[in-house]
Amino acid sequence: MAGEEEVKLLGFWVSPFVLRVEWALKIKGVKYEYIEEDIFNKSSLLQQLNPLYKKVPVLVHHGKVIAESFVILEYIDETWKHNPLLPQDPHQRAMARFWAIFAEQQVFEGAWNALCSQGEAKQRALQGTIDSMEKIEGQLQGKEQFLGGESIGYLDIILGWISYYLEVWEEVGSMKIMDPVTFPATAAWMKRLLQHPVIKGGWPPREKMVVYFHHRSKALGSSPHGWLRV
Amino acid sequence: MDMGDEVKVFGSWGSPFSRRVELALLLKGVPYEYIEEDIFVFENKSPLLLQYNPVHKKVPVLLHNGKPIAESLVILEYIEETWKANPILPEDPYDKAMARFWAKFLDDKCLPAIRKAAFSPENEREEAAEEVRDCLKTLESALNGKRFFGGDAIGMVDIAANFVGFWLRIIQEVTGEELLSVEKLPELFKWTEEFVSCSVVKKCLPPKDKVLDVVKARVAPK
Repeated sequence: MAGEEEVKLLGFWVSPFVLRVEWALKIKGVKYEYIEEDIFNKSSLLQQLNPLYKKVPVLVHHGKVIAESFVILEYIDETWKHNPLLPQDPHQRAMARFWAIFAEQQVFEGAWNALCSQGEAKQRALQGTIDSMEKIEGQLQGKEQFLGGESIGYLDIILGWISYYLEVWEEVGSMKIMDPVTFPATAAWMKRLLQHPVIKGGWPPREKMVVYFHHRSKALGSSPHGWLRV
Repeated sequence: MDMGDEVKVFGSWGSPFSRRVELALLLKGVPYEYIEEDIFVFENKSPLLLQYNPVHKKVPVLLHNGKPIAESLVILEYIEETWKANPILPEDPYDKAMARFWAKFLDDKCLPAIRKAAFSPENEREEAAEEVRDCLKTLESALNGKRFFGGDAIGMVDIAANFVGFWLRIIQEVTGEELLSVEKLPELFKWTEEFVSCSVVKKCLPPKDKVLDVVKARVAPK
């Protein structure tokens, strides 16, 4: 294998998008330099590397810059071929990509909107998220281990945030989305994910998360938008 | 090529998303059966569409040897991986990542902005139009002097940008808002002309007057 790969990851301590990239790099055993960005006080480095979105994560590999977690994950999978994240079969790859988009647009955005909004808008977002969780539950039924099969894959990585963040958001937003009685397969999958060596112990500190999301959700108020958009 | 291949596309004549799928199949010389869906009236959707895309109940759906796939960009990736002629993505992982980035930018940012600029109430349109112009300026930078986003030939980003290449001008005409001007965005403007002049693309565009009627019906009057 070639010598030291030069891989840098610009991140933000509480970003679930950045975590995805870290998990992928760890699964592949790729060494990287992590650079913490204060996204509320963006460095000139971030502005230079990701001028379009000025967001993290940003992956830099041999000087080449890639943004957007979905895009970065596929890049990582194609560049380091061992421990594949996506299946080999084109139809199964399509299924993983389909569900990843669904999970992001319906579950992530739904939960985020429910967190940040009030009243009727909150109820609508909440119900929509729960309806979407049902579909995810359907995908997880019968899965012995992970969505990727025996080992965690692309879809597990995309959806993995729910095994830790969701409960924090539920507390901050005084809402209930993930009921283990209604979603037993999802609950079991979340437990397995939390134990996974690449994921375990890598979460941001819970108390800091609660404070952060409490402030953030209030600041965004009833018109949540783009900060956590992929 | 597998002679037993059965390829069907569930689409709608006016949908840029289903046209993307058809364009990719045409580019790769893949024969397919097209099934028109009435997407304007929910009750008219065929039982097959509801069976093949139970999650979203939308077009396009690609059916390959009985297996359905939904989401146009996901379908494009599938087509690319399954039929190797005339690749629509670059080989190099970094260039591929860039193509995916721009395709995503088109769907996540450009398209919603254009929708807003087209269909918002009149007093919100100017602000929405400004957002579109910013998006398009950014998109133009991806061309970087090339004839197409894909280089010398059409690629995934060109296919994904079909609504910019064709639908956008019709929207401009109806709303009277200047979104893609030849003076301010000369490279992108030139791209739209190159795009719609391609013989393969021409086969894949809906009749302009029919689209005009649909847009006129949806745009709030001034």
